[in-house]
Amino acid sequence: MTYKLRYSQFNTHSILIEWPAIIDENILKNILFFKNTVMQNYGKQKVEVINTYNSLLIIYNFTIGNINDETLKLKALFETPNIGFQNKASLWEIPVCYDDAFGEDMIRFSKEKGHSVAEIIELHSKPLYTVFFIGFLPGFLYLGGLDSKLFLDRKSTPSLNVKKGSVAIGGEQTGIYPQDSPGGWHIIGNSPIDLFNASQDPPCKIKAGDKVKFMPINNKDYAHIINASDKSEYQLKPQSLNA
Amino acid sequence: MLKVLKSGFYSTVQDSGRFGYRCHGVPSSGAMDMYSCQFANALLGNKLNSAVIEMTMVGGKFQFLKTTAIAISGAKINPRINDVPVKTNKRVVVNTNDVLSFGRLEQGFRAYVAIKGGFKTKMILGSQSQYKTVTDANMLKSGDILNYNNYESKNEKLNSVIKYNDAILSNTIVEVYKGPEFNLLSTHQKEVLFSQSLFVTKNNNRMAYQLEPLLENDLKPMLTSPVLPGTVQLTPSGQLIVLMRDCQTTGGYPRILQLTENAINCMSQKTVGNCLKMRLKDMWCKKMNHKIVGSTIN
Repeated sequence: MTYKLRYSQFNTHSILIEWPAIIDENILKNILFFKNTVMQNYGKQKVEVINTYNSLLIIYNFTIGNINDETLKLKALFETPNIGFQNKASLWEIPVCYDDAFGEDMIRFSKEKGHSVAEIIELHSKPLYTVFFIGFLPGFLYLGGLDSKLFLDRKSTPSLNVKKGSVAIGGEQTGIYPQDSPGGWHIIGNSPIDLFNASQDPPCKIKAGDKVKFMPINNKDYAHIINASDKSEYQLKPQSLNA
Repeated sequence: MLKVLKSGFYSTVQDSGRFGYRCHGVPSSGAMDMYSCQFANALLGNKLNSAVIEMTMVGGKFQFLKTTAIAISGAKINPRINDVPVKTNKRVVVNTNDVLSFGRLEQGFRAYVAIKGGFKTKMILGSQSQYKTVTDANMLKSGDILNYNNYESKNEKLNSVIKYNDAILSNTIVEVYKGPEFNLLSTHQKEVLFSQSLFVTKNNNRMAYQLEPLLENDLKPMLTSPVLPGTVQLTPSGQLIVLMRDCQTTGGYPRILQLTENAINCMSQKTVGNCLKMRLKDMWCKKMNHKIVGSTIN
């Protein structure tokens, strides 16, 4: 599958490449393939590359001398048949406690959707979600794959303080707040895991292209993980995707 | 060491910011007015990415516990050492126990204190810039101690040959490139955008500056996409949001304009009520355009 790409200059040191504006896993694969190719060719001292659903932004740590030459170079890179830079995806199982103590909007959400709390937990923890990219906050995962039975428009008035770890649904998306933050999504649970740790490099182990599954846990398990004297005792570990 | 006696309104340690962590959702951060930050560093012969103190609106009060040299650039905010006025944009020698304080803000909004060799705070993810959840603290507070290297001035010429460009503080023209969604604007909207005076609202900080009046529009929401410091977003309600150094890495509003680096620096010196105008700038000079045409023919 080939896509028609649009190259444009964003500022004097960055180039934006856009795919068709749809959310699609094949487009994501194509974007990540290109992202890896660019990183391999330039190295992380010279460029940083961020992706979203349908865009790749290449930020150079220098001013681009000639945009035309640079664009041609990127096009050539993209068109080179390349087998070496496939994205290595991991599966992450993220524990989530769906108890009312954490999911402050769960009861209301359940009533509005006409599903029991148990059904909602089942529907939310069953899918294998795809990580499209990380944005909004350090460590905030943009996930694809939410069951359409759980779609619900965002709150009309955002909450001023959504707690760190909150697992929430907003529109057609679901996600985890990696830190305390204002937010307009419906909170149905909480994960005791740190998704972002600035003292590690990389600070966020989960990356674009990875898969995520939510594992329901009870309050006792939650307390055990959150109270672990050494947080690193409970490391987020990737599972094999082929299992 | 430098002891923070008073932190001022909002003071942080900043350098050139982070590079390579945006894919984890980490903003670039760095000095809001990079020009003034680098100018102060240049006066001391520092590397341009050396860590400085950025002060906002109200200066702090700092005590030096070792001899060194400093330089103050950016907003005019009446610096004094031991209550004696000192010049900005000059190298200033400070002695042990000297106290640096500031007076009334006269022009601009952010001032920078650079120190010989830079402040030696903890480097996190490739930068010393303070940012919530990345660094331990997101701003300076009284009682903080910042390390720096002892430095004895050795008969060096104190007169600098570089001249500070005051236009950074006084400029009211904001130069912008077309943003990725610029062409979704109607001719009328473009005319309004470039002819009317825009005012900085009270919602202005290191993440973003909101401008008024509103720009009426019916642009459709878009898929969340990459943004950069200097990106101007247009919300459905017509709010113009100029993203600044601590901005998110992605956003879902149309990106209609992109500030030049110099315009980001100028914007950083603006505060609530300040008036400005957007002026469109070509990304490339004519010579470059010829080259682009040439290759299209090929």
